[in-house]
Amino acid sequence: MARIFALRLLTTLVTLLGVAVIVFVVIRVVPGDPIAMMLPPGATEADIARLRTLYGLDKSIGGQFVIWFGNVLQGDFGSSITARQPVLTLVLGRLPATLELSLLALLMAVLIGGTLGVTGTRLRGTRAEAGIDVANGIGLSVPDFLWGLALIVLFGVVWPLFPISGRVSPRLELPFSTNFYLIESILRLRFDLTRNLLAHMLMPALALALPLAAIISQLLKQSLKETVNLDYAVLARTRGYSERHVILSEALPNAALPTLTLIGVQFTFLMGGTIIIERLFSYEGLGNMAIDAVITRDLPLIQGIVLLFALLFTLVNLVVDMAYVLLNPKLRHA
Amino acid sequence: MSAFLEIRGLSAVLRGTDLRLLRSVDIDVPVGTVRGLVGESGAGKSMIGRAVLGVLPRAVEIVEGEILLDGRDLLAMPPVARRRLIGARTAMIPQDPLTALNPSRRIGRQITDRLVDILGWEPARARSRTLEMLAEVRIPEPERVLRLYPHELSGGMRQRILIASAFVAEPELIVADEPTTALDVTVQKQILGLISELQARHGTALLFVTHDLGVVAKICDSLSVLYAGKVVEDTTVARFFEAPAHPYSAALLAATPRHTDPASSLKPVPPAVMHAVGAEIAAADRSWRPRHG
Repeated sequence: MARIFALRLLTTLVTLLGVAVIVFVVIRVVPGDPIAMMLPPGATEADIARLRTLYGLDKSIGGQFVIWFGNVLQGDFGSSITARQPVLTLVLGRLPATLELSLLALLMAVLIGGTLGVTGTRLRGTRAEAGIDVANGIGLSVPDFLWGLALIVLFGVVWPLFPISGRVSPRLELPFSTNFYLIESILRLRFDLTRNLLAHMLMPALALALPLAAIISQLLKQSLKETVNLDYAVLARTRGYSERHVILSEALPNAALPTLTLIGVQFTFLMGGTIIIERLFSYEGLGNMAIDAVITRDLPLIQGIVLLFALLFTLVNLVVDMAYVLLNPKLRHA
Repeated sequence: MSAFLEIRGLSAVLRGTDLRLLRSVDIDVPVGTVRGLVGESGAGKSMIGRAVLGVLPRAVEIVEGEILLDGRDLLAMPPVARRRLIGARTAMIPQDPLTALNPSRRIGRQITDRLVDILGWEPARARSRTLEMLAEVRIPEPERVLRLYPHELSGGMRQRILIASAFVAEPELIVADEPTTALDVTVQKQILGLISELQARHGTALLFVTHDLGVVAKICDSLSVLYAGKVVEDTTVARFFEAPAHPYSAALLAATPRHTDPASSLKPVPPAVMHAVGAEIAAADRSWRPRHG
């Protein structure tokens, strides 16, 4: 177990190095110059050259990378060109908002998808199952940002139930000492704030959750339908157990394994989706910041955000692998 | 002595079609006796076992007949009551011990859970009774085995677990669905001996599905020979091996390979016999009208 873990850690580091190289090179090769964004029109060549030297942009890409990566290893991600603040401070300040949004979306996806998958299995062979299949098809084929737009039109405009922008109502006074607003509001028992936060998060989270819920529902139903016909499930029925018990207690722990792996992969896609969804709902998270950073060519900030996303993705995969081992006793001794 | 299990005129079709899978099957299993159910693959042996236990595949639809368990018709009962009755008074020894245990649950819980959940036993009693039963099927270190997962045990050990699990609540009827087919030959013999011994000691009625006439000779009192979902012969084991009445039974018996005469080649059931039994079934089908369906 310890050896597997060490090996995983090593591959994680190699992955991160690869991501760092790719991002670093790509954003310097694509057109667009951060210096041009910073200076007013009519700046002289000499001004431009001075600023280039100041930010180290006159060196070769390889040279720039060595300097930057050397600093990163010491925990210094550089300073944002536009915000003139350390990248690490900016990124960590926004990370909690995005984490809370994606985890809420994941929770919703698992609840919706899991319920539909189990219900579909109970109703297998009926019209209701066909209905669930249709719903899954729609959920799978409509991308998250379209769900976002549809939800804004439906519950923001036609039937204004929820606020359509921001993370929390601006007039509220926030007593928080961290940026994990939702978690802190619950811990501080300020449920009025929890409600307000959830009202803001519900639509973006649902938009992110629906495609994933459809995938979960589809795959879980498929593996459950195979598992409920296996001998041990049949044996449980002959012992007097109800179909509900057979599905939930006998079949689900085994059928959940492939779905769990898939959730891990899909969750990273979901986090990628936060970039557009946060923009759409003006949600003050990492994704929204990433778009601003790309528009203003804020190279250090882009690098910092991408590296953080890469780190999160590998961590998610690690967690999924661990959960897999926990659910499957056969792997515990491997 | 009335039979504990009585199957009367049981007919089944492939759902949504006229294709007959079981043809007016009559089978009795008196209290404490062993009834063999033999026939070739696809004859409907396992299907009858599954019908008794209420776990037929969805594609099979029973169109007429009765399955009387201690005088009560299972097919006429509401589903929940039927499930409880079957769970309380019958058990099953499945064919493949490798797939009949849940891979993600410990052995102990797989035996005791149902004693507590369904039969309402005290957990302590369920545990001590299970340990007793594991010792009876000669599993070494039963305390330790309770904590293991199925993949940590051999196929033969798993089949012993399943046999223990079948007998643990003293059911009056056990359906054994080819319980030795998936095991290798030396283990087969031990398992068969074990089932026979437990059956006699506990006085359990046994419906023993098999395609192996050698197994029938060892363990059964009576047997039903099935062909294409029809019982072509219902007889005692002694009479069957002495003088099978139906030509198909005779051919089946003649086709059994004998270790005493290794030089003889395998004999198939002669085409003429197959033809005759096919014609017999076709004739029966012509006069058959399902009461509902």
